[in-house]
Amino acid sequence: MSGARRAWMAVERFATASLVGRLAALAVTIAVLVVLDRALSRLLNPYVFRILMLCGINIVLAVSLNLINGFTGQFSIGHAGFMAIGGYAAAAMTTYWGPAALKAFAAVGLAGGIGTSMLFVLALLFGGLLAAAAGLLVGIPSLRLRGDYLAIVTLGFGEIIRVVILNLDFLGGARGFPGIPRYTNFFWVAFSGVVVVLVVRNLVSSAYGLAFRMVRDDETAAAAMGVDTTRFKVMAFVIGAFFAGIAGALFGHYLIYLHTNSFTFMKSFEIVIMVVLGGMGSIIGSVIAAILLTILPELLRSVQQYRMVFYSALLIVLMLTRPQGLFGSGTPFGLGRLWSKRREVRRAA
Amino acid sequence: MPKLVLEDVHVHYGGIKALKGISLEIDAGEIVTLIGANGAGKTTTLRTISGLLRPAAGRITFDGADLTRLKPHEIVAQGISHAPEGRIVFANLTVRENLELGAYRRRDRDGIRRDLERVFTLFPRLKERYSQNAGTLSGGEQQMLAVGRALMSSPRLLLLDEPSLGLAPILVRDIFQTIREINAQGMTVLLVEQNAHMALQIAARGYVLETGQVIHSGAAKELASDERVKKAYLGE
Ligand SMILES: Nc1ncnc2c1ncn2[C@@H]1O[C@H](COP(=O)(O)OP(=O)(O)O)[C@@H](O)[C@H]1O
Ligand SMILES: [Mg+2]
Repeated sequence: MSGARRAWMAVERFATASLVGRLAALAVTIAVLVVLDRALSRLLNPYVFRILMLCGINIVLAVSLNLINGFTGQFSIGHAGFMAIGGYAAAAMTTYWGPAALKAFAAVGLAGGIGTSMLFVLALLFGGLLAAAAGLLVGIPSLRLRGDYLAIVTLGFGEIIRVVILNLDFLGGARGFPGIPRYTNFFWVAFSGVVVVLVVRNLVSSAYGLAFRMVRDDETAAAAMGVDTTRFKVMAFVIGAFFAGIAGALFGHYLIYLHTNSFTFMKSFEIVIMVVLGGMGSIIGSVIAAILLTILPELLRSVQQYRMVFYSALLIVLMLTRPQGLFGSGTPFGLGRLWSKRREVRRAA
Repeated sequence: MPKLVLEDVHVHYGGIKALKGISLEIDAGEIVTLIGANGAGKTTTLRTISGLLRPAAGRITFDGADLTRLKPHEIVAQGISHAPEGRIVFANLTVRENLELGAYRRRDRDGIRRDLERVFTLFPRLKERYSQNAGTLSGGEQQMLAVGRALMSSPRLLLLDEPSLGLAPILVRDIFQTIREINAQGMTVLLVEQNAHMALQIAARGYVLETGQVIHSGAAKELASDERVKKAYLGE
């Protein structure tokens, strides 16, 4: 069956699914995740559990970057910057306003777990929204720049964010930001992972969202067909940054300490590698690559000082044997569109 | 009543002046052709009309509405559809999907289905290959697909950029015949061509472009018999 038709039908099925049906699916998901949360945090040893959590956070990062780089064909290497914004914003919120907020929640009868959950949801959203605002800012140059130039702008953006935070005293500066409450648990990580996958999937497979890939494959043709290419390019940045912010917030509230060293361009590259390895424009690819690349360095711990050599060699072999990534584009658009030539929308000066 | 009007349109690429004050008019129901040598500014003119380029000066109106500052998708919404130069199709999508994407902004399902049938009637070759990836089509078929896709937005004005480029002579005749058919069904067409000979046969009027300026214009028949045009563009 053709991709566009399949996408069309999926949209229709979603649109016609009853609200009750959708809410029921959500409730079941939440229940399963809550049970898993209780079970896993008890059964797994702390080391394995920690890797599991980092896998989840990296999934959120990789899938959200895939919307920007894989599906829309832009080249951002500043994802760690959005992650930092979300991480620090959420941490500042729970650390500085948390106690007062919890007291207020308790006053209206929302004490204990419910109160902290509410506070954490607010903090996640705050981190996500602030990162999304930054995404809007970075998305605007993407209208004029592409390829290498856009990559440099996003790289610079990521570094600027890091340096700014390094100089903000109330965020700990060079000392780092300690004392963040540990609100992140398996449930929130897994739930965020489910949400980002569902959102990106529904977005790019809807008839409306086909435009993301049209912009990637051929911007001129997309514009000629009535696609508002500007809107889709900026939207990819805003939504991608939003989830990177959420990932940062999860990260900070798991490690309970933040330092700008976690958000260097090496982190951005790591996420780019996940997207490329999994396949540009393949959601399942990003998920699996995020897991692989989180576990791999741990497996290589036994060879300590050669770890990075092995890691790099493995990546090189993989990219040589499967240049389109593990899962290709994993979309109805088929394989090999990775570096598809794009004609530029040229604006006369 | 004139439909599309360009008044003294200037377009620069950085420092390069590609259009130096183009004025032209296209009436409803006409085929008008824009001919000229390579680099004369024909593609630039079409890209400017469809909003892919922004004029440095001048005005473009369509049915009285000012298009000059509109973005490409807004111009599509005004009823202007552009089949860009060079058979730009989505290579990894099927023929049918490419056509459906042409109707991206439309929500009238029945109308879309009708137009799909109409395109298949105009280009039976596309119907035979409708589940085939567009990238595997021959050059001529991709050209047909680009034209068919432009029709799918249900435009009032069709901009065609060198639809005959690189085609075998027999296919060239076919595509011109089809353009005439599309026009007979009521479509206004602005046809850019290097193949001035064929273009002037099916057009009502023509404009001759040279280095970003209109140097001749008039009824297609008169242009075809004009000594200067003959010498420069008809190879006679
Ligand atoms: N993207 C561009 N950047 C700079 N100059 C361009 C660009 N596109 C076209 N030109 C120049 O503008 C002029 C008109 O080009 P074009 O409109 O493509 O001509 P035609 O379609 O008639 O062959 C040419 O001199 C060409 O070199
Ligand atoms: Mg041209």
